[in-house]
Amino acid sequence: MTPLLAVRGLTKRFGAGCGECLDRTGALRETNRCPRCGAILACREVSFDLYPGEVLGIVGESGSGKSTVVRLLHFDLEPTAGEYRLAVADAAAGGGGRNLFALSPFQRRRIRNEHMGIVYQNPRLGLRLKVSAGGNIAERLLMAGWRHVGRIRERASELLRQTEVPLARMDEPPRNFSGGMQQRVQIAKALSTRPAVLLLDEVTTGLDVSVQAKVLDLLRSLQRELGIATLVVSHDLGVIRLLTSRTIVMRHGEIIEQGLSDQILEDPQHPYTQLLVNSVL
Amino acid sequence: MSPDILLRVEDLAKRFVCHMQGGKEILGFEGVSFRLPAGAALALTGPSGAGKSSVLKCIYRSYLPGRGSIRYRTADGGDIDLARASETEVLRIRSREMGYVTQFLHALPRVPAVDVVAEPLTAAGTPPAEARMRAQALLERLGIDRALWDAYPATFSGGEKQRVNFARAVIRPPRLLLLDEPTASLDPRAMEVVVAVLSEMKARGTTMVAVFHEGSPLASLMDDGCALPAKEPQR
Ligand SMILES: Nc1ncnc2c1ncn2[C@@H]1O[C@H](COP(=O)(O)OP(=O)(O)OP(=O)(O)O)[C@@H](O)[C@H]1O
Ligand SMILES: [Mg+2]
Ligand SMILES: [Zn+2]
Repeated sequence: MTPLLAVRGLTKRFGAGCGECLDRTGALRETNRCPRCGAILACREVSFDLYPGEVLGIVGESGSGKSTVVRLLHFDLEPTAGEYRLAVADAAAGGGGRNLFALSPFQRRRIRNEHMGIVYQNPRLGLRLKVSAGGNIAERLLMAGWRHVGRIRERASELLRQTEVPLARMDEPPRNFSGGMQQRVQIAKALSTRPAVLLLDEVTTGLDVSVQAKVLDLLRSLQRELGIATLVVSHDLGVIRLLTSRTIVMRHGEIIEQGLSDQILEDPQHPYTQLLVNSVL
Repeated sequence: MSPDILLRVEDLAKRFVCHMQGGKEILGFEGVSFRLPAGAALALTGPSGAGKSSVLKCIYRSYLPGRGSIRYRTADGGDIDLARASETEVLRIRSREMGYVTQFLHALPRVPAVDVVAEPLTAAGTPPAEARMRAQALLERLGIDRALWDAYPATFSGGEKQRVNFARAVIRPPRLLLLDEPTASLDPRAMEVVVAVLSEMKARGTTMVAVFHEGSPLASLMDDGCALPAKEPQR
């Protein structure tokens, strides 16, 4: 099977760097901060594939670089190094398996609008909280080239129904909504353009446990229905167990272990993964 | 591997390195070898702690095998070493041709029993209404009270959970079925049904590796055995 998304050597350094940064940071050095120059290696030489229809987890403590990877893939950040290929975007990228990071900002924006959906931990990043729920979705559809107002409104209400947001609240701004409902609107927005890849960054972190459960159930049923290839970033092994079939473990910006999710949970190899698994309440 | 062999385990071993205990090594099992013709059933026996469950988990790849190989003949005639296969390959084989009844149920939370059982069918493309009907029929046959069909298995008794677990694993008969004490908490009547279901599956060609306690009626289905020795006490 050919991967839908392939990442090779993805590296993001914050700071000028000194030429020794890579040697002085990482899981073995137990830091992501270069002691010589102070630069942060938020992620380093990260490589993985995402296959059609699969749900891949990235787990690790805060600061391990999980979210940086997601932001890079969504073009929210510029990478320091690395290659990024997306099978469905190949034509738009000019064909020949072009590295998406080498494209112009305009081309990248287009690929993002057409092929990617993202849900952030903080709804403020994914939504305009003062614009109505329906308006948030409409905006996203407009960016992806939808023009027919009636159809946009129809699609927005279909999505809100799918994500179990009461239709009566379609014209209300998400500012008025509970945390769980804000996440549902974000999910609806992310799904609106039928993306090839869905990026979920700590989508249930910070919600009440019962609200978390409902959002996770929703994601699971959407997964079954739509089968969108999804990257799930979480520090919560429960989320990983529930949603993913394969998992990558990151520490200090580096991938330290990867495997089938049940194997990572039942037979973790790396000392840090064992610590994570044994720390579950 | 000769074409009539479905599974061939050779010199398989598993060690656990517990880093939280200063890198202490625990032996799961070692030196396990057997070969299993298509359609046959093999009993894994041995004293408690001998590593029976661990062997099954290595075959399913919930555990990463250490030394040795697990050659498996796929439905399309391929010959694959499950000990080394890529995760994606293992997932594909799990979803299409391998079933595993665990010693304990890790039910998906907040999913009604009937849907837990129907899911492997819907995942394979059976229309939901038909899948649910077949799941209900199987739960009925296994003697699960109708009132429980739409309840969450998390609150079920041990024997009820075990039957739901069993139903989920066999509703879409796999080519290779791994069974870890599937009747441990069942009453004689339920046990009889489980044995009947398994023997029908066997007649239709499912190959099995099973762990069960002495005196279990599952013994009557077995063609062969592999005895794991008791382990030397470890320092
Ligand atoms: N994830 C693990 N980490 C560390 N040690 C483990 C792990 N899983 C199993 N073991 C050890 O490996 C050995 C074999 O265990 P296993 O559960 O396979 O035995 P079993 O033969 O199925 O026993 P029983 O008959 O009691 O079910 C035991 O010493 C067990 O404590
Ligand atoms: Mg056991
Ligand atoms: Zn440096």
